[in-house]
Amino acid sequence: MIRFAAIRLIEIAAMLALMSFVIYGLIGLMPGDPIDLMRSADPHASAADLARLKAIYGVDRPLVERYLAWAGAAVSGNLGYSRLFAEPVLATVLPRLVNSLLLMGSSFLLAFLLALILGIAAARRPNSRLDATVNLLSFAGISMPSFWLALLLILLFAVELGWLPASGIGAAGGGGFGDRVRHLVLPVATLSLANLGPYTRFVRAAMRDALAQDHIRTARAKGAGEIRVVIHHALRSALIPLVTILALSCGGLVSGALVTETMFAYPGMGKLVFDAVMGNDYNLALATLLLATATTMAANLVADLAYAWLDPRVSYR
Amino acid sequence: MRLPLVLLCAIATASFAAPLLAAVLGVDAQSVNLFDRVAGPSFLHPLGTDELGRDVLLRLLEGGRVSLAIGTAAALAAAALGTIIGLAAGYLGGWTDRVLMRMTDGVTALPLLPLLIVLAALDLAKLGVPRNLVQSEQISLFRIVVLATLVGWTTVARLVRGATLVTRSQDFVRAARSLGAAVPHILLRHILPNIVGPLIVATALSVGDIILLESVLSFLGLGIQPPMASWGSMLTNAQELIASAPLLAIYPGAMIFLTVISCNLLGDALHKRLDPRLGQRA
Repeated sequence: MIRFAAIRLIEIAAMLALMSFVIYGLIGLMPGDPIDLMRSADPHASAADLARLKAIYGVDRPLVERYLAWAGAAVSGNLGYSRLFAEPVLATVLPRLVNSLLLMGSSFLLAFLLALILGIAAARRPNSRLDATVNLLSFAGISMPSFWLALLLILLFAVELGWLPASGIGAAGGGGFGDRVRHLVLPVATLSLANLGPYTRFVRAAMRDALAQDHIRTARAKGAGEIRVVIHHALRSALIPLVTILALSCGGLVSGALVTETMFAYPGMGKLVFDAVMGNDYNLALATLLLATATTMAANLVADLAYAWLDPRVSYR
Repeated sequence: MRLPLVLLCAIATASFAAPLLAAVLGVDAQSVNLFDRVAGPSFLHPLGTDELGRDVLLRLLEGGRVSLAIGTAAALAAAALGTIIGLAAGYLGGWTDRVLMRMTDGVTALPLLPLLIVLAALDLAKLGVPRNLVQSEQISLFRIVVLATLVGWTTVARLVRGATLVTRSQDFVRAARSLGAAVPHILLRHILPNIVGPLIVATALSVGDIILLESVLSFLGLGIQPPMASWGSMLTNAQELIASAPLLAIYPGAMIFLTVISCNLLGDALHKRLDPRLGQRA
């Protein structure tokens, strides 16, 4: 088990190193480089000045050399300075990472809980009217553009009814815990509804397979109660494929958070990625993109380990 | 099966007939009239006008044309790419298989939207694309098709690989091989025809996803560029007027939703129709 986790960690590190190089290369291809930005600040700068600036900042050196310099600094914990926020990248990222994890974590739990209820109810009576309704609803969820859902929620709850704030994370100066929660309601509702559709389909499919297995019939024949059969016997085996597919959909959660945070001006990682890319903040964009990738990979690792814990047939040596 | 098909056909017909309607009414989707901004419905503008006085109905239909064209083109391109990768992995096996499948898993697990935003923001001129092409109006269309292809091929690749693994060891494929058939011939004539059904289903199901991707990128300002209309960018503009003109934010979203759910329901119905194991369930 420990060996397995160690191998996977090395794999993840290698993958992250590869991704960091790819992203580093891509970011250099975005419009405008730091020297262009300086030139727009000083239109009188001569070509010789610009060349000198490029040499000072190392922009004229080959890609691999620049990347290695960045990677060396990054490994020792120096991710550079954010142009947009005028502070070290790490100081910008950390509080927003916490905000994002709060948003994604609570949305995931809420969506998964609702999906369990809906999915199990539908799977217990295949082809019933309930099953058809749940199926249609999950298709509706999958087909709903999440930014439109956010707009509709803002329109209804913030503009028309005026019950909830439409953006931000809390009143200026800190409005206390209740205020914080009120600001979370709409973003969490958006992100969980956006994920509820696919999650319900996963649960429904997994439970349908699980309930059709022989050991369920055995449990029923032995007189186990319905709740025991569904929760203890069927759900236990349905969780195994579910864990894998939910871990794979973690990238979707990060993507969804980007849209949700941008819509509600919620200061999280997703909005930070977007702002950094749009604002030509190379250092920040690089760090945030890598962090988003790392988060997804960590979730996948956790899923792999949970898999072994859930399924007694799997052993990692 | 009937309703989504009818709905999709209606949206497609209306979208592609829009230029005709525009000619009859004598308005065009891109003509700005600053004296007639955010107007209510009238005979000339059945759904009113937007923040620049452009006709909302015509822009919705133009957006539909853009979305459907991108959805279809990218779904086909992604299916083609996925088929090639899946066939190579499944038929060649060994190291090729391992590397390709690792890649497929990697692409599936990545947080795609953040990465796509970078790709969408790339300066094509720095990649050596000629200046006049970079500035042409159609470039944003091509860019989205390429992006959607880059992320959309994984489902098809997995599907084709699985089917290829099953088919390649069957007797008729062995017979063909022993008769000296070349690899491309075996792949195209013997293996591919056996997986056409699931391939069609996967392609149909991906159209909806691609339309969603296009709309979110356009919404974020990285997709279809104005003055060309797209449902996503119409919503960006409507966002600022949400308190005074909420309908402007309702129409484009409803169009995305209806189109995508029709595609998905249609794909699901095809899936049930074409998969013999599911047979009577539908």
